[in-house]
Amino acid sequence: MFDHFVVPDLLPAAPEIFLVVMALAILLIDLFVKDSRRTLTFSLSVLTLLGCAVIQVWTRIGGVAYMELDGDIYPIIRYFANAEGVVYTFSRMFVDDLMSDVLKLFLYATVIIVLFYSRAYVIDRNEMNKGEYYVLTLFATLGMMVMISANHFATVYIGIELLSLSLYAMVAMNRTSLAASEAAMKYFVLGALASGLLLYGMSMIYGATGTLEITAIAARLQDANGNLLAFGLVFLIAGLAFKLGVVPFHMWIPDVYHGAPTSVTLLIGSAPKLAAFAVAMRLLVGGLFDMAGDWQAMLVIMAVLSMAIGNLAALVQTNIKRMLAYSAISHMGFMLLGIVTGVVNGNPANALEAYSSAMFYVVSYVLMSLGTFGMILLMARAGFEADTLDDFKGLNQRSPWFAAIMMMLMFSMAGIPFFVGFFAKLAVLQVVIAAGYIWLAIVAVLFSLIGAFYYLRVVKLMYFDAPQDETPIVASADMRLLISANGVAVAAFGLFPGTITVLCLFSLAHSF
Amino acid sequence: MSTYPLLSLAIWLPIAAGIIVLLTGSDRNAPLARMLALVGAIASFLVTIPLWAGFDVAYGGMQFVEMGSWIPRFNVNYHLGVDGISMLFVILNAFVTVIVVAAGWEVITQKVAQYNAAFLIMSGLMNGIFASLDGVLFYVFFEASLIPMYLIIGVWGGPNRVYAAFKFFLYTLFGSLLFLLALLYLFIHSGGSFSILDWHQLPLELSPQIWLFLAFLIAFAVKVPMWPVHTWLPDAHVEAPTGGSIVLAAIALKLGAYGFLRFSLPIAPDAAHELASLMIALSLIAVVYIGFVALVQADMKKLVAYSSIAHMGFVTLGFFMFSALGVEGALVQMISHGFVSGAMFFCIGVMYDRVHSRQIADYGGVVNTMPKFAALFMLFSMANAGLPATSGFVGEFMVILGAVQFNFWVAFAAATSLILGAAYSLWMYKRVVFGDVANDHVAKLSDINKREFAILGVLALCTLWMGLYPQPFTEVMHASVNELLNHVHISKIQ
Repeated sequence: MFDHFVVPDLLPAAPEIFLVVMALAILLIDLFVKDSRRTLTFSLSVLTLLGCAVIQVWTRIGGVAYMELDGDIYPIIRYFANAEGVVYTFSRMFVDDLMSDVLKLFLYATVIIVLFYSRAYVIDRNEMNKGEYYVLTLFATLGMMVMISANHFATVYIGIELLSLSLYAMVAMNRTSLAASEAAMKYFVLGALASGLLLYGMSMIYGATGTLEITAIAARLQDANGNLLAFGLVFLIAGLAFKLGVVPFHMWIPDVYHGAPTSVTLLIGSAPKLAAFAVAMRLLVGGLFDMAGDWQAMLVIMAVLSMAIGNLAALVQTNIKRMLAYSAISHMGFMLLGIVTGVVNGNPANALEAYSSAMFYVVSYVLMSLGTFGMILLMARAGFEADTLDDFKGLNQRSPWFAAIMMMLMFSMAGIPFFVGFFAKLAVLQVVIAAGYIWLAIVAVLFSLIGAFYYLRVVKLMYFDAPQDETPIVASADMRLLISANGVAVAAFGLFPGTITVLCLFSLAHSF
Repeated sequence: MSTYPLLSLAIWLPIAAGIIVLLTGSDRNAPLARMLALVGAIASFLVTIPLWAGFDVAYGGMQFVEMGSWIPRFNVNYHLGVDGISMLFVILNAFVTVIVVAAGWEVITQKVAQYNAAFLIMSGLMNGIFASLDGVLFYVFFEASLIPMYLIIGVWGGPNRVYAAFKFFLYTLFGSLLFLLALLYLFIHSGGSFSILDWHQLPLELSPQIWLFLAFLIAFAVKVPMWPVHTWLPDAHVEAPTGGSIVLAAIALKLGAYGFLRFSLPIAPDAAHELASLMIALSLIAVVYIGFVALVQADMKKLVAYSSIAHMGFVTLGFFMFSALGVEGALVQMISHGFVSGAMFFCIGVMYDRVHSRQIADYGGVVNTMPKFAALFMLFSMANAGLPATSGFVGEFMVILGAVQFNFWVAFAAATSLILGAAYSLWMYKRVVFGDVANDHVAKLSDINKREFAILGVLALCTLWMGLYPQPFTEVMHASVNELLNHVHISKIQ
């Protein structure tokens, strides 16, 4: 009866399996937690993610190799178990390659930082201080991991829905907040619509190629019905653009960032960008690379509009979360510039450089985004959200150190050196110019110039203005340490951006 | 040649000192912060002395070169070196930082540590600009130096400081972003090199040269500043604290002019020749028109700010005649302007600290209550006007001589600046210093103290030294300027 059943290779998905088991265990264990601070739930969640990271690396190590250097033999750990480093499992629905490894490791780090930053905020707010908060975070993480490793339309969809449904619930967790409920409703309705568009697009591409497996689609593109494919691609791009939050599918971003509890905004504004980038890579580069001309033309328009609307709308915001939401839109637009310049007139010579610059941009953006929302959480306390720009007035007098951290983050977002944001922009602009799109580069820098204004305004509020509120900033030691490390990292990766840029290049080179 | 990484020291020592000063924290430790800052500034100045002492004047290429890989992914290198053009600015910058720290000694009482740290860090960053031989490294220093200046204007500035700080930052950023695109274009076009020296050798057609030249022009013209993109400078100068004005005038303006010599001329020589008449026209407008504008200013700082623009017009004029006399004269003018404008702003600061006004109309008869100050102020006003035997004369004279060789009418227009300069400087001096005691404020003035005397005295010595014996300054430039000009005269079009 089970003649045709082959036990799939579970090893490539070991981190996912570990995470789901632990998330369910934490859900049960939390029922017995009496501690109002939920230290056990919190620690277990963090440990789970650390465990995932260990498994991620461990399951990929393929023994020791030897390298000869200057006549001496050095042992080095081989990272891949097999030569290519790309492993498929579950009937090729799931892929484990170096890009997924790197992005997942960044993802674990991001979510761990999110958990630390949001801890005090959650404890201060009764309705959110529940075990479900942690479990939903873990499920959202699982959704992102599945997105990153998806090699099948069904896997992509499952990952996106797992992420989205967890986030809808988390946005609404603060039940008594009208704004949060409204944000959750908007997010859900628009998110469901976007999922629908995505599915519609997938079904058309299935119709044209007869397969849902992304790598197989790539092989069958030549013989497929071009009109049907193009039609499906439009819907696919629409769904993807919604997840990335680029114009014209950006409407949810300001409302959700603004309305959601800040700790949830932190989660929405950071890790999912990594996953969305991965899905864009899988679908567009892994699957539809031969149609690059078509999707690049669409994404160029979206990129330019995102930079325009994101930067212009951010100028007039008074709420810092809303301002950062528009800034996120503009950053994703900028990141898209790296994706749209991969193929020039049918020549993919530029592709690896281009996609790796986009990846570097996303990783840098997530680091900066973590820091800025972390700063809002640092300044928030019970009954006080610290989410208007005026709350940052005179921060330099209240705490010079944290003002300096925030300043570094703002200058990094604005793309001023020596911070990592500058090198991210440099990498993307370099490929844009290499592709010959000088006008696009000029548009991008002009909107960056406009964008610099609102980041400078935050610095102005912190340094040039007198404080409105003299309450000392209270935060736990781990929070202070971590946010300091985050700020310093933005500067350190700016001084030494070499490693990350090479990592992005290397991981993509070994993945597609 | 020394094996010590002198240029790295010149860059990172002040930055490290700035961070140490920051660590002293709140204003309770202000005396300690001031002391540390002064020690840091002096130490940073001392490490730049061997650059001059060990400089090989016969060699026109880069000296004290340091090279290391920085970002291998983009082939960006930590590549430092100075030639006869940039070396003096590194020393001038380190010197001015000492002056600035001393100038704010008693005056700055709020956030002392941050104030001094900002200047030290900026000093290091600006040394980085002069010493960078890698395009990205140059750009990184070039833009990063905006941050401390933005804070200096915004935190310690006058009533309209926020407007001035934003205007300063965004204006400069606008220019430098297009400059960045030009760098990336060169990177792609040169087959993946960010080395400025490689770009000097890169053959280019005329049309890309023109575009590159224009992109450079926007960045550097804003920084110099050249007419018509000069409007940020009077605002920034008026609102900045005294130290900020000194650094802006003495060093920051030189960055733009330096950029012309390091980028525009050698990378796009044919475009430079093609557009020389435009550049000369813009320079002459700065010299003549801005000279008239300076004449009618009621605010002393604004007056000196406009006179800076006019003086920098002389500098760009000198560059675009492509003669050794013109370029060297311009370089001498830049260094002289560093001393003189710094001293002028300090003099105004001295009066402002006592009376809290910069309006010329609020003064009169200062000589009666501040005789020592009046004497020194006189010297700097004369130098600003370009009186022989002061440093201001040497540069202007060389540029005018170069201009006579080039075209009589250009020289004639440029020479009007000697009259205009004398008019606005000396007329301001007359109204502020001479005459009867104008009001109670002036009557209550106390003469300069030892600290102020020392600062002005040192600057006065430098001004006179350069005016009477400019040989040590010009001899280091010769070889490098000749090499530059030889290079500029060879067409890159193939």
